[in-house]
Amino acid sequence: MTFQSEHLLGLDDTSAEDIVTILDTARSFREVLDRPIKRLPTLQGKTVVNLFYEPSTRTRISFELAEKRLSADIVNFSASTSSVKKGETLIDTVKNIEAMKIDMVVVRHISPGAPHLLARVLDANIVNAGDGGHEHPTQALLDMFTMRQKLGSIEGKTVALVGDISHSRVAMSNIYGLKKLGARVLVCGPSTLIPREIEKLGVEVYHNIDEIIPQVDVLNILRLQLERQRQGLFPSLREYHNYFGITRERLEDATRPILIMHPGPMNRGIEISSSVADSEHSVILEQVTNGVAVRMAVLYLLAGGRSEIN
Amino acid sequence: MKLTKNVIITGKAYEKLPAKILLKNGRIIDVEGKINEQRDIVIEAGKISEVGKVDSNNFSGQVLDLEGKIITPGWMDMHVHLREPGSEGKETIASGSLAAANGGFTAVCCMPNTNPAIDSQEIIQYIKDRSKGTLVNVYPIGAITKKREGKELTEILELVEQGAVAISDDGNPVMSAELMRRALEYSKMVDIPVIGHEEDSTMTEDGDMHEGFVSTCLGLHGIPAVAEEIMISRDIKLAEYTGARFHVAHISTRNSVELVRQAKARGIHVTAEATPHHFTLTDEAVRGFDTNTKMNPPLRTEEDRQAILEGLRDGTIDVVVTDHAPHAFEEKEAEYIFAPFGIIGLETALGLAISQLVDKGVIDFEHLVGLLAVQPYRILNLPVPVIKKGVMANLTIFSPEEVWTVNKDKFLSKSSNSPFVGWKLKGKPFAVINNNQIFASNL
Repeated sequence: MTFQSEHLLGLDDTSAEDIVTILDTARSFREVLDRPIKRLPTLQGKTVVNLFYEPSTRTRISFELAEKRLSADIVNFSASTSSVKKGETLIDTVKNIEAMKIDMVVVRHISPGAPHLLARVLDANIVNAGDGGHEHPTQALLDMFTMRQKLGSIEGKTVALVGDISHSRVAMSNIYGLKKLGARVLVCGPSTLIPREIEKLGVEVYHNIDEIIPQVDVLNILRLQLERQRQGLFPSLREYHNYFGITRERLEDATRPILIMHPGPMNRGIEISSSVADSEHSVILEQVTNGVAVRMAVLYLLAGGRSEIN
Repeated sequence: MKLTKNVIITGKAYEKLPAKILLKNGRIIDVEGKINEQRDIVIEAGKISEVGKVDSNNFSGQVLDLEGKIITPGWMDMHVHLREPGSEGKETIASGSLAAANGGFTAVCCMPNTNPAIDSQEIIQYIKDRSKGTLVNVYPIGAITKKREGKELTEILELVEQGAVAISDDGNPVMSAELMRRALEYSKMVDIPVIGHEEDSTMTEDGDMHEGFVSTCLGLHGIPAVAEEIMISRDIKLAEYTGARFHVAHISTRNSVELVRQAKARGIHVTAEATPHHFTLTDEAVRGFDTNTKMNPPLRTEEDRQAILEGLRDGTIDVVVTDHAPHAFEEKEAEYIFAPFGIIGLETALGLAISQLVDKGVIDFEHLVGLLAVQPYRILNLPVPVIKKGVMANLTIFSPEEVWTVNKDKFLSKSSNSPFVGWKLKGKPFAVINNNQIFASNL
């Protein structure tokens, strides 16, 4: 199968075929990560710019490792959005960087659509590493990779996204990707953290964790953004944990083993208890490992690589 | 004498009318004067000296053949941001007036969100001085509160005496019900409308687009319809309580239209305006993140758009305005959440109104003339321009059937932030005449 996408802006814009190609390709890279020598010459001579306008630790490191393992040359550019807003425009900044001859841009930005803006004005391949509350496609891809790895396939499986859904780029990319691959998707959280009309995307909305536990194969537990309390979207962390926190006791109603996922960083004791985070069903650290493989696959395919790797 | 498209048709600048000119073969639509038929017009020294059948062979002055064109009283856009003083890089009174003339308008009202705001006699005088002698009449709208801060009333009586035709804190809602009540009560003395930018700002902070399915898909912060409806409900109640005149700026939601409809039925002095972008586009246009789809109030849903069309059709909405809001290229060519709200509209309004309203059968041309040439003047208590012997000619002339493509290089606005660039529109401005001057549209 040939890979069609020129950029990875979001899973909403990516075909099911390309998503499957990325996941299949990532499987080969995942094997590479278990080899003693983890480096491939695939992107030798290519220059990748990591443009991070928002603080990030794990996504940035994961991309950097993916790039290094493919032997790309790397440039890192980090800036706080506030300082950039005062000075040069985003477009001037990236055009200047592009003028130094680069091939790919991995961008994280506070504004939804910032990667789309770059794709419009640059010749480089653009990878969205998180644009505001819009999409975080590589996170969803690594989540789906992990589900495939553990459950065999995604089609027909029931996946619940739990917690802070509103303005969650992880939730949106998961919904777009999982629906395309045939999963049943539930969202569950306080009504103030579920965005309006999300059911039109074909997801089912719940507000009671105990109702979803018996139905699901996967719980993808989202990080609660703590400033939401200040914004008046929920009354207290205590109440949040008591009603929406995933604890071992809650999981006792499960009818089958449930895969426990979390994109990190976790608020232990709030959206997830340590007994769940560290349980045998938790694949949270495997997600992180798989993230490198998935990002290698994305970079490799966007650079024009075929889906078979030697 | 041969009918000629005269030398005066050059575009780019206002030109003095010839001492004597015959507008031949145009169809006149003047709702006030109750004319809707082909008639000729003779203008002498800027004044209409004859309306009827005039033989061009025996006519001693210049002749302009307007076969296939419609002539109406001059159009007014009562909601325009001219940006001067303060942001002359985006627009000036001169460039905004040229854009208005290019788009078929002979009058505009300029909103007070300038810097400094139009909250003193001096600024009103400045605007009058800067717009003196041009074809387009510029009517300033004064601020409701000093610096548009929503704290203290401006000297409303003085503003009106100096030339303000209405008051508004446009861009900012007046969040205090008490202050809004007093503004309405006070302005009643001089019988001017209070124009409300209707938005409960406690609900719209950080909002970038209409809150609904599309904002969920795009991860953009929402501006809920209910934030507008709450304020319109409040201000209708205050208008009823005070008996003052309240005008809803850029109405955008289905329930807002219904609120105005019910208030009018109860005899409350409320009027409303709608923009071409709200009756043409929906929030689906935001997909792709074109910042020329970012305006406040935001593009709403198809249901809301249909309600605006119905409101225009049944008279609930009195006026079409553009909310012409110029912004510099580099400000709009930015991340969606950092781009300023607003689009320009003066040069696309006529084409959009004819394409979306008349051509699709929502309203007829007579109704359109009411929305753009009659009701704005009525609401502002100004004499309504008419086409009859003895008055100064104030005319909008357009080609109702001409199909054209919107080309940003032909805009005379200093800015080009329009989502309609590249659109094919039916109905094109041809020329405007006012103050003994003519301007030929070069769109």
